[in-house]
Amino acid sequence: MDGQGAFVTAINLIVSGDAALAEIVGLSLRVTLSAVFLSCLVGLPAGAALALARFPGRGGVIVVFNSLMGLPPVVAGLVVYLTLSRSGPLGPLALLFTPTAMIIAQTVLITPIIVSLTRSVIEDLWREYEDQLRSLGSSALRAVPTLLWDGRFSLVTVVLAGLGRAMAEVGAVLIVGGNIAGHTRTMTTAIALETARGDLALALGLGIILLSLTLLLNAGAFVSGRVAQRTAG
Amino acid sequence: MMHGTFSILPLRVSGLRFGVRGTELIKGISFELRAGVRTLIIGPNGAGKSLTLRLSHGLIKPTAGEVAWAGGTTDRRRKRHAMVFQRPVMLRRSARANLVHALSLGGLDRSERGRRADEALERFGLGHLADRPARLLSGGEQQRLAIARAWSLRPQVLFLDEPTSALDPASTKAIEEMIEAIHADGVKIVMTTHNMGQARRLGDEVLFLHNGRLLEHTPADEFFAKPRTEEADAFLKGELLH
Amino acid sequence: MAFLKHIIGAGTALSLMAAAALQPAVAQDEFITVASTTSTEQSGLFDHILPIFEEKTGIEVRVIAQGTGQALETGRRGDADVLFVHAKAAEEEFVAEGHGVEREPVMYNDFVFVGPGDDPAGIKGGSDAVAALQAIAEAEAPFASRGDDSGTHKAELNLWEAAGIEPSGDWYRELGQGMGPTLNTAAQMPAYTMSDRATWISFQNRGPLEIVVEGDDRLFNQYGVILVNPERHEHVKAEAGQQFIDWLVSGEGQQAIGSYEIDGQQLFFPNAQDEGA
Repeated sequence: MDGQGAFVTAINLIVSGDAALAEIVGLSLRVTLSAVFLSCLVGLPAGAALALARFPGRGGVIVVFNSLMGLPPVVAGLVVYLTLSRSGPLGPLALLFTPTAMIIAQTVLITPIIVSLTRSVIEDLWREYEDQLRSLGSSALRAVPTLLWDGRFSLVTVVLAGLGRAMAEVGAVLIVGGNIAGHTRTMTTAIALETARGDLALALGLGIILLSLTLLLNAGAFVSGRVAQRTAG
Repeated sequence: MMHGTFSILPLRVSGLRFGVRGTELIKGISFELRAGVRTLIIGPNGAGKSLTLRLSHGLIKPTAGEVAWAGGTTDRRRKRHAMVFQRPVMLRRSARANLVHALSLGGLDRSERGRRADEALERFGLGHLADRPARLLSGGEQQRLAIARAWSLRPQVLFLDEPTSALDPASTKAIEEMIEAIHADGVKIVMTTHNMGQARRLGDEVLFLHNGRLLEHTPADEFFAKPRTEEADAFLKGELLH
Repeated sequence: MAFLKHIIGAGTALSLMAAAALQPAVAQDEFITVASTTSTEQSGLFDHILPIFEEKTGIEVRVIAQGTGQALETGRRGDADVLFVHAKAAEEEFVAEGHGVEREPVMYNDFVFVGPGDDPAGIKGGSDAVAALQAIAEAEAPFASRGDDSGTHKAELNLWEAAGIEPSGDWYRELGQGMGPTLNTAAQMPAYTMSDRATWISFQNRGPLEIVVEGDDRLFNQYGVILVNPERHEHVKAEAGQQFIDWLVSGEGQQAIGSYEIDGQQLFFPNAQDEGA
């Protein structure tokens, strides 16, 4: 086993159009992108609101969200597992060991990242905009969409941070998904399995493919961001 | 041209105080501003010029005292006074969209916003910039846009906080012309400046502030010819810097 | 305003996505969930036998590979329909407590001791597992234990007990890992460890490790299958689950298990007929 072997394995997997691989990649993307999407839907407005709102205990809330950025994936996974388990409160939904459970676990994991980083970006922006927007008659609440839109280039980085965490994550999806072949096996859980099997070349090959995917997504975001920024200032 | 059905002037400011963490920055200021005259607020650094503007505009709340508009219009959305800042804050969108956004905050109907935005851009010769990203415009262009944005809101009073201090002479001239035109429309101008030439050119009356106190409220020609206080005299001679 | 359009678009996309995401849970062909052990999963046995069963019955089998302790817990919580594990005493307790309907023997393989070729404890070639452990403890040669409450871990602890040793010290490393990761680690240390033969045969990253002790009756590794009690968890797919169990112990299922080979070596030995197993 060496790096070259892994590289050859990766190329072979891609070139041969391996159906199982395509399925795993597809599921990884579906789970990760869904989780990022849901996290943004909740986290962007929540982070912006937290940046603008002034209430007693706000500092505490910020500290909690900042700390949750470091939430260990297995802990997030375990909490979701216990919630979705047949013996748990949401057991009747029969969601454990499904892709939906994995999406939920990753959403729990990355929403704090989106909230915290969004708060930081929007707080800076609000410092710059507050007088002007207030002068124009904007309430803090009304400023939320304006600030999110104006901070969009910085927020892309926030979203990418969440995406990176979700793409790389294995602990949570392994617990709530169960790494079922053809059903809840993702890139990362497949890598964990191949490592356990001692097939390090295949594991590393899958790793190279995963990294390439992440690279591709980031490059796409970067390039489109640059183009948009050039035209929007 | 007077907007609205009634005038919010005169503005009566009485016993105005403002402090931050125990340091009093505005130490009891009272004045009355009438329609039709351009008021210039001048004074050395730290005198409290900007704070006075911001307190009058309602951006910050005084620790004591009162800012009273005639008719008692306090509803923010119907605020009949607008403000232009030293550094214009433009949103990351086109020049025209910046005006539309402001008009939307001003509570205008969707259909009216575009028309009013175009009208404001044309009025000040900024029509060719309409579709340009506002943040990529030069500082002078951005400040002219900020004034057009404020004007599009049809204010009865326009506050300007050192609007030309960061600009080159050509832009400064363009902006002074805009201010003249807006004054000619009947909009009350209240402006701070560091530039004494500008104060002489634009001012009808002067509020001279020093150390958080109002020392003079006099007609401009009188103030510049024969200031009543030692401090104002020293300031005009360039001897009073703080 | 542009932003509102985005919000509305996103909202629509969300509802569509939620609908799509929830769909598999309600509308899909029949499937059962089997909690099994890492050794069966990682040996590739399921890839060999499940397609035969699925073709015959149309029932999809979703396997979650866990340590035996965790698999039993999954069953206890009602998160699996069938358990397929290897720790007889724990399995019988599981049934006795009413969590499972019945335990049936399916197959066996055996454990082997693997260790570095230079054999610091001098046990190579032996067939007495207890004596080998005593020699390892004597020499304080590194030993990697699963330490994860799995069937293999439990079997290892039983052997230590038989050897009259309570293993501790720097040489005894409890990893808390599955079989594969434990072998990976042992290969790097290098250390002795106990593995089920199936995982060992299919394991590719052996490094300096080789089989040092095998063939002791006490290294026998029996697998059993249990239907999770539908009286405890009414959603358990008892019919399909029982169909899977019946197939495993049928002539066809037993033959499928016996025919799984890697490099010409049979990994599991069917023994459903042996009622005492």
